[in-house]
Amino acid sequence: MDLQLVSLEIGACLLGIVVLLVDLWTPAERKAQLGWLVASGLVGVFCYSFTIFDQGTGTGATGYVKDSLAVYFQGYFVLSAVLVVLLTQSYATRIRSGISELYAFTCFALAGMSFAAGANSLVLLFVAVELITITFYVLTSFERHRLRSLEAGIKYLILGAASSAIMVFGIALIYGSTGALDFHGVARAATGLNDDSMMLLYRLGVLMTLGGLFFKLAAVPFQLWVPDVYQGAPTPVTTFLSTGSKAAGIVLILRLLADACPPLLGEAWLRQLLALMAAATILYGSLCALRQRNLKRLLGYSSIASAGFVLLGLVTLSDQGAQAVLFYLTAYVFGVVGAFTVISVVSEESSDEDISTLANLHQRSPLMATVLTLSIISLAGVPPLAGFIGKFALLSAAISSVAVHPVMPWVIGAALVGVVISFYYYFTVIREIFWGKGRFWAEEAPSTEPLPCPRAAEVVLLTCLFGLIGLGLFPEPILFIAGEATEYLFSAN
Amino acid sequence: MSPLTYIMGLPLAMALILAVVPSEKRQFFRWGSRLATLGSLLLAIYVFSVFDPPITDQPGPLPTQGTEESALEDEYGYKFTQRVEWIPSLNIHYYVGVDGIGIVMVLMAALVAFAATCCAQEIRTREKEFYILLLLMTGGILGAFMSLDIFLIYFLHELALVPTFIMIGVWGRGQDKDFAAYKITLYLSLGALLTLAGVIMLYLQFGSFSLLSMMDHGTQFAGTEAGVFSATEQNVIFALLMFGLGILVGLWPFHTWAPLGYSAAPTATAMMHAGVIKKFGLFMLIKVALPLLPQGAQTWLPILALLCLGNILYCGLVAMRQKDLNLLIGNSSVAHMGFVFLGIASVTTIGLTGAVMVMVAHGLLAGLAFGLSGYLYSQARTLDMEKLQGLLASMPFWGTLMIMALMAGCGLPGFANFAGELTVFFGAWKMYPVITTIGIWSALVIGAVYMLRAIRTLLHGMKGEQTPEVEDLKNWQRLPYALLVAVLLLFGFYPKLITDKISKSNATFEQAKKGQAPTEEATE
Repeated sequence: MDLQLVSLEIGACLLGIVVLLVDLWTPAERKAQLGWLVASGLVGVFCYSFTIFDQGTGTGATGYVKDSLAVYFQGYFVLSAVLVVLLTQSYATRIRSGISELYAFTCFALAGMSFAAGANSLVLLFVAVELITITFYVLTSFERHRLRSLEAGIKYLILGAASSAIMVFGIALIYGSTGALDFHGVARAATGLNDDSMMLLYRLGVLMTLGGLFFKLAAVPFQLWVPDVYQGAPTPVTTFLSTGSKAAGIVLILRLLADACPPLLGEAWLRQLLALMAAATILYGSLCALRQRNLKRLLGYSSIASAGFVLLGLVTLSDQGAQAVLFYLTAYVFGVVGAFTVISVVSEESSDEDISTLANLHQRSPLMATVLTLSIISLAGVPPLAGFIGKFALLSAAISSVAVHPVMPWVIGAALVGVVISFYYYFTVIREIFWGKGRFWAEEAPSTEPLPCPRAAEVVLLTCLFGLIGLGLFPEPILFIAGEATEYLFSAN
Repeated sequence: MSPLTYIMGLPLAMALILAVVPSEKRQFFRWGSRLATLGSLLLAIYVFSVFDPPITDQPGPLPTQGTEESALEDEYGYKFTQRVEWIPSLNIHYYVGVDGIGIVMVLMAALVAFAATCCAQEIRTREKEFYILLLLMTGGILGAFMSLDIFLIYFLHELALVPTFIMIGVWGRGQDKDFAAYKITLYLSLGALLTLAGVIMLYLQFGSFSLLSMMDHGTQFAGTEAGVFSATEQNVIFALLMFGLGILVGLWPFHTWAPLGYSAAPTATAMMHAGVIKKFGLFMLIKVALPLLPQGAQTWLPILALLCLGNILYCGLVAMRQKDLNLLIGNSSVAHMGFVFLGIASVTTIGLTGAVMVMVAHGLLAGLAFGLSGYLYSQARTLDMEKLQGLLASMPFWGTLMIMALMAGCGLPGFANFAGELTVFFGAWKMYPVITTIGIWSALVIGAVYMLRAIRTLLHGMKGEQTPEVEDLKNWQRLPYALLVAVLLLFGFYPKLITDKISKSNATFEQAKKGQAPTEEATE
């Protein structure tokens, strides 16, 4: 087996171990600074793994493939991991012990996501998902002194374990009916299935495996864990959950659908099911976010709605839709990381996550106010920011598939309704920043003192600012790479 | 580079510069944005004045010469074009150019934008953000009027729209500003989204975002039985565009955001939105929906004609009952949109020309009226007409202009509004005699009732007991208002200035009419 092929994953794991070792010789007050080391290490590892990309890619034989889709997602995961590590560093004062472990677990989760990006067999799919999920069990309950964090950990553990069980049962059914674990092998065997009961088992297996992945994506009806876990987990972990873990689910769904289920793609029930889920997810997320006052919870529901938009792209089962999904995710990462970074800094100062803590932010920290406003506007999908191009590409892909999918107009209608609803709660956040009155129950007016922003958080914010505007005005490079990565994904079948 | 790029780019570039200037330098923001909008205005006047001569006089090859597009530009009479690839993956170009309709709209927008930046001195808090948003708005809407790529049109319009929401929230006035900000956000977002869906469907049908190649595509198939694509699809897309854009313009019964929003908005925002941004929906209906979707138009225009009666009649009646000056102007501005809709629904050259004239005239008028009422508010801190009486004595200059603005609003000959409305009625008479009759009646009678009532209460008579002390406009403060009135009068006495330009856009009208020909014959 060619070890160079998995250099990114090995590098990430090694980096995690190195951080744990270096931690032993680092004085306690400087441990947080290790974040710079991890971030630059991750960038270095990614650059190395990218340079060997052209020197022969793996076939599917090992169950792992490093094609352009894998590389796109690996780049995406590294980007979000780097941002999350820097965010973790600015969050360090709130972690009572073991900041290095937090860095290390982020690296391990990254390794899992990176495996997921290239997974080409059901075994690696399961291993990658478990590697991600188990590290997140630890990460979500990392602030052991906070009850909410523990609650988040338990909820994620129980629901995550249940979904893993469903998924592994699904994998067993697929293996039992087709006798193959490799995606292409499954597809070949399934095409040749002429036994109706075996076909039924295969369908059921695919459905259950997808269910396990939809749990990562937080699509209705697998969304129940999101608000509590998002609220309870430490903010950097929440950020990584909503960017990295979610995208890992998406790439696996893409691969599973495109490579392992070509025989099912033509069947109406699959499309109708996906369409129904997309519509339900968008509407559920938007409606539930309406009355939220806790910022992390609000973004949790908004991330459910975003998952619905991703599904809207997936429903099309087309290369164009997949390209749109890839771009949407990249635009999404800047919006989400920007928003969570500001929330993290603001909530540290006020030790509260209520939306009213944002009052006067425009005066207290123009940089944070600008980035949060732009992030929110981008998430809402308004020009000239990255989110608009993403939304536009998704809607284009969805509308162009109306001819093939009779249910599509309804899903698009639901999506438009969802967007209008989302304007309400996104606008509420912007209102708080610029003309919020603060807590209505508080006696004193909200503070106008300048709010200092840690250096690492500043770097994250500037990256997000650059990404949001840059991708909004010049989306072509990323769109092009996304197009390359998804070329022949569905049309090859 | 096309001068149009500079017209749009100046305000946007200035917004970028202002973003890095420290917020203590208040004078810099004021003068910087005035300078940028003045630059745009002068360039717009230049483009307007040299628009007429044939394109061959232009030195050097045009940027898009020799391509398929340049032939179309000549055919459809577009000038000052510039086309650069922007997002090849989605087949989107940066493509600007103006025909006669475009150039009069750009000129009007630049005029109102300059006036609005001059009228913004009432803003005393957070000036930096205000001027940046105002410049973004100006650059965006100027760009939307000159774009020839419908994605770019949509993109720039949204760019202009979003600052409105924040401006009403932060610098707005009155008790209801939060409600108004939410309402205007939700309504306009819905309108914009429906339009977006329509735009994407258009792209999928034509395989291009370029307005010109779409029109060309339409012409080739115009004679055939089914047109470009099936009537059902045309009906769906036209409905999306008509209602989406209708919400943006304030088509009855989706107009309720408008008076509320304008009465809560700061002066410059109200001037820009009511005067300029609201015209965008009409502009896109005329330039995109009518020529590209003739069959859809056939189905929906009679309904549009009925709905526009709601604007003219209902909103006129509502305006009669208003006690707040801004609500009165807001409702009357919604009512005026009805005339434009009527002109569009007629799909005759005269009617459409009239519609564009009303758009220009009303843009200037709305800018003027909201600017004047904003000045009054900054003086008196109220716009309640029961508390403001006999102002003419203490504010002769302001009062004179206000009388002129209100008179122009009820269609007094001599102002551009009269010329435009009259042309609309001529154009619409044949198609919709009943609606036109009601329209004329309400324009003259209802309009006169509320406008004259406002003049009587506000300006004439003795100074009221509750009327606060107010000061008249002084020296250079008069400039923006005087400028708007002067242009209104100029276009009113010499409408040929704009009708000549508009008639250069025959291609758009002709194509719009082509699809309608069977109906006209049937009705005769």
